[in-house]
Amino acid sequence: MISEDEVARVAFLARLSISPDETKRLAAQLSTVLQHFENVAKVPTEGVEPLVTPTDIEVFWRADQVETWANAEVAVASAPEAVGNLFKVPPVVG
Amino acid sequence: MEILTMSLKNLRDRIHRRELSAAEATTQFLTQIEKWNPRLNAYITVNERALDQARAIDRKLATGEDVGPLAGVPMAIKDMLCTKDLRTTAGSKILADFVPPYSATVVERLENSGAITLGKTNQDEFAMGSSSETSYFGVSRNPWDLDRVPGGSSGGSAAAVAGGLACASIGTDTGGSIRQPASFCGVVGIKPTYGRVSRYGIVAYASSLDQAGPMTRTVEDSALVLEAIAGRDPRDSTTAAQPVPTWSQNINKDLKGLKVGLPKEYFLDLLTPETRSAVDKAIAQVRAAGAETVEVSLPLTDIAVSIYYLVATSEASSNLARYDGVRYGHRADFSTEPARDLAEFYCRTRGEGFGSEVKRRIILGTYALSSGYYDAYYKKACQVRRLLRAQFLEVFSKCQVILGPVCIAPAFKIGERISDPLAMYLNDIFTTSANLVGIPGMSVPGGFSAQGLPIGVQLLSAHFQEQHLFNVGAVIEEAMAIKELPNVLQ
Repeated sequence: MISEDEVARVAFLARLSISPDETKRLAAQLSTVLQHFENVAKVPTEGVEPLVTPTDIEVFWRADQVETWANAEVAVASAPEAVGNLFKVPPVVG
Repeated sequence: MEILTMSLKNLRDRIHRRELSAAEATTQFLTQIEKWNPRLNAYITVNERALDQARAIDRKLATGEDVGPLAGVPMAIKDMLCTKDLRTTAGSKILADFVPPYSATVVERLENSGAITLGKTNQDEFAMGSSSETSYFGVSRNPWDLDRVPGGSSGGSAAAVAGGLACASIGTDTGGSIRQPASFCGVVGIKPTYGRVSRYGIVAYASSLDQAGPMTRTVEDSALVLEAIAGRDPRDSTTAAQPVPTWSQNINKDLKGLKVGLPKEYFLDLLTPETRSAVDKAIAQVRAAGAETVEVSLPLTDIAVSIYYLVATSEASSNLARYDGVRYGHRADFSTEPARDLAEFYCRTRGEGFGSEVKRRIILGTYALSSGYYDAYYKKACQVRRLLRAQFLEVFSKCQVILGPVCIAPAFKIGERISDPLAMYLNDIFTTSANLVGIPGMSVPGGFSAQGLPIGVQLLSAHFQEQHLFNVGAVIEEAMAIKELPNVLQ
């Protein structure tokens, strides 16, 4: 079970604003989902290393060299707001 | 009409022999898009430069230049893959106006192989969904029945190929997102081994699970496309150094000596009788081709969906942290109501930019990674993930290919499951394991339901053993090849 307060707390951790209606709905939906996920807890895993990537990753090296890429104008072209080749953000008080 | 349903190989050969120009072929597909995309909504963005690309190929052909193995083939690209100077949205409002300054390695390799980019296909937002209903750009429809979903998340890519709106397409598969829509739309879809295909320039959902792959009309076509996009990429450190075989030239339909495993957990009563019968028919075909079938067991099958959603949402919560409204993408309007602090700037921007399924998954993943829950959820899921992989490796010591269903049932109706997340998640019972374990998987058309809906059969093999999938897939498709456009579109 996950409470509405907990959903609101986690949503803030994830930097997501959600409406009171969404909070209520998510608490109900996620409770059902988490209840189903309890089947994972029943599997004995003592001493088992977590698997975080499915294949053995071969480490390969490359020279640590600076590469030039596009230009600043291209990089800021999709910015919500830009001045010249700088990202522009609104003033925030806090 | 013939061109729209032609295999990639035939189309390519005809263009190469200059019996047909790339421009003519491209024009036919663009006409079909114009005619049907308003109903199917398979494409989010059509590439205005497609015809120019095709003419450039024709010019090269005229001068005898090397044009590459996919020269002139009009293809659709899922909107998860960055395309230089062509809008890439990931099906999300937060990226609705994003024009990437570079292309994904997959896109670059396709274009270097001569393929034409027709446009960017619709999908569930950030590939989070099994029906293409969570797209900010509206639902895609299944060409076999316009009231039904094309599957997801690569629903637009599947619908485009099935409807003759592309000769072939690229999808991405994090928990079944190539194979399930391929099954629902009657096309061939392959999720390659993790590390086969570069993820550079592909919008990240769950990095330890994501793989891009082809969606095509035939098994051989899938092999041809995979050959063009696979292989080590210095820009993705998880790509494998292994050489890329020429699968298409080695397809062998004589299955003598091959052992095909049938996991008893995949043949549940909950399969619809028609799905069961399509799978049974495929079993008979592989036996007739000389393969021996053996019963195997994957006891963790019913846990796989839980492991998947814990791992995938955890990774997603981290990957999607980058959408902050500063450098690119949607930003909330602060002109009348300024943000009190930086947190509010992010919260409002992200709260507006993400749809409800994406928010649900980010919150679930953040919860699974948060202090006090990490061990019980994320870490535990990763431990069981290792056990799941061990079970698959054990099974692959007894057989080379696993055969079973892709889904429990054919395509469902639009709106039928969207309000019940758990029911939607449980769709993925047979597909998520391949991503968790990193093995390749294929959906190949195996039959039709009484209502005329396609049903796919799933094939799985051990890491880097895609050739087995192409061999067995070719045997199954021989009896089932769909050569026509769906009736609805004729």
